[in-house]
Amino acid sequence: MEKIRSSEITPEHVYLSRRRFMRLGALALGSMALAGCGGQLGDVVSQRAAGDAPRPQAADAEKAPAASEVKRDELGDPANSFETISTYNNYYEFTEDKEGVARLAANFKAEPWKVTVGGLVSNPRTYDVDDLRRNFDQEERIYRLRCVEGWSMVIPWLGFPLAKLLREVQPKAEAKYVRFESLLDPAQYPNQGPLSLYPWPYTEGLRLDEAMHDLTLMVTGLYGKPLPNSNGAPLRLAVPWKYGFKSIKAIVKIELVAEQPKTLWSTLAPHEYGFYSNVNPQRPHPRWSQATERRIGEPGRRPTLMFNGYEKQVAGLYAGMDLQANY
Amino acid sequence: MGWLRDNWLRALVHLGALAPLFFIVLDNYRYNLTANPIQEITVRTGKAGLVLLVLSLACTPLNTIFGISQAIRVRRALGLYGFMYVALHLAIFVALDYGGNLQLVGQAIVEKYYVIAGFVAFLILVPLAITSTRGWMHRLGRSWKTLHRLVYLAVPIAVLHFALLVKSLGSRPEPLIFGAIVLGLLALRLPTVRRASSALRLRLRNRSPLPSRGQVGAD
Repeated sequence: MEKIRSSEITPEHVYLSRRRFMRLGALALGSMALAGCGGQLGDVVSQRAAGDAPRPQAADAEKAPAASEVKRDELGDPANSFETISTYNNYYEFTEDKEGVARLAANFKAEPWKVTVGGLVSNPRTYDVDDLRRNFDQEERIYRLRCVEGWSMVIPWLGFPLAKLLREVQPKAEAKYVRFESLLDPAQYPNQGPLSLYPWPYTEGLRLDEAMHDLTLMVTGLYGKPLPNSNGAPLRLAVPWKYGFKSIKAIVKIELVAEQPKTLWSTLAPHEYGFYSNVNPQRPHPRWSQATERRIGEPGRRPTLMFNGYEKQVAGLYAGMDLQANY
Repeated sequence: MGWLRDNWLRALVHLGALAPLFFIVLDNYRYNLTANPIQEITVRTGKAGLVLLVLSLACTPLNTIFGISQAIRVRRALGLYGFMYVALHLAIFVALDYGGNLQLVGQAIVEKYYVIAGFVAFLILVPLAITSTRGWMHRLGRSWKTLHRLVYLAVPIAVLHFALLVKSLGSRPEPLIFGAIVLGLLALRLPTVRRASSALRLRLRNRSPLPSRGQVGAD
């Protein structure tokens, strides 16, 4: 039998460039069609808007932010608009429909609001949210939020490090984890009704050292304004190196505990969502790409960064740990 | 007017099948495609494709079981419109969702069950769409029918594709509903079901001309 000579095999660079050509062709055709057509998809394809900064309308063209005023994260990417951030939400207590949350949350009662901080602490306390806003300096942090569903945004949160709050209540030596609980109120949350299949209330958890990390933020606002109801008003968490569902909304209870707490998603689907749920492009998920993500407002995909780009700050928390097993 | 009376179902099918596309274009210009427009049009084209394919599966039983022969005349149009949305759905996935990056698309195809299922369903539908013309029907003769029975495979795979995408079937039963409808439509094709139904229809037809009975099938 005659062997195929190596010279007959398509050289890699030709094969690769053919592939690139096909890819460019597909992209160019689709994009030209859309960009030429204009409209919302045309904007996304040609990225006419800065990220997805508010679309300048004839009436408020003057008010559209200049490129220099657009907030950016430390990697230089523009923040998503207030409108996008507050109208595209996973908040299952209201509905599973991301665009439906803002409307259903419009009349949510976020004031008055109390949050109890207790468990294995020397100084258990109940705070009014107004006290939290007054007692702890509010600072803006521009964080990336990476949803496990494969999309991401850049969000200018307003809040204070959870560590400051935890220091005030003084965790005891036995405290190893922090457990968070959201509001349980079927009268306000349509999807907490008797037919709901979720084990409400929403619960989440962090290891104590994760909770004490400076990046872990208690959020009270967005774009310098009070937190919109659809984003989890009046008080939510932002843990930017973990998938978005770890950043629990509408918190009413924070408890220091000795054992790893149960969390809603890891209870529902333990094979898909682990306790840690660190953003990890190397750990695939059965449905959504974790290697890549779509930044809302952009066409195509960008590679997902290890720990969502916060590797330098947080990798030390997991030194020596098998992140495939501890997902 | 006479034309519309004879062809109302065809007119309805063409209008109805083009409506999802019309609304995508309209909402594009009204900036009404949500904050994640690429995902929105992916979902909309996918659902339109699935609904139309399921409707095309309903045509034969509507004729054989319920005697609505008009349904046969819109079967091809429903199937082709369904394929059009499926092709759009795939094109959006490749060109917009993955930005034309075929390496990433290839990776997704081997890695994600839902992508495999969707891609397989598409591949099955391609020869059916190509051979849907009258010319191909003549050329293929008897085997045309055999070939086009592949749709009984493609549509359930498309439903599986949908089911694999849903976060939790318990709280979002839509794919299960589609699955039940498709199973029902396939069951109506079983010879026993068809024999029983035609026997029943024959009985009803024979009974209806009886002058003493006012209503058919009132018992």
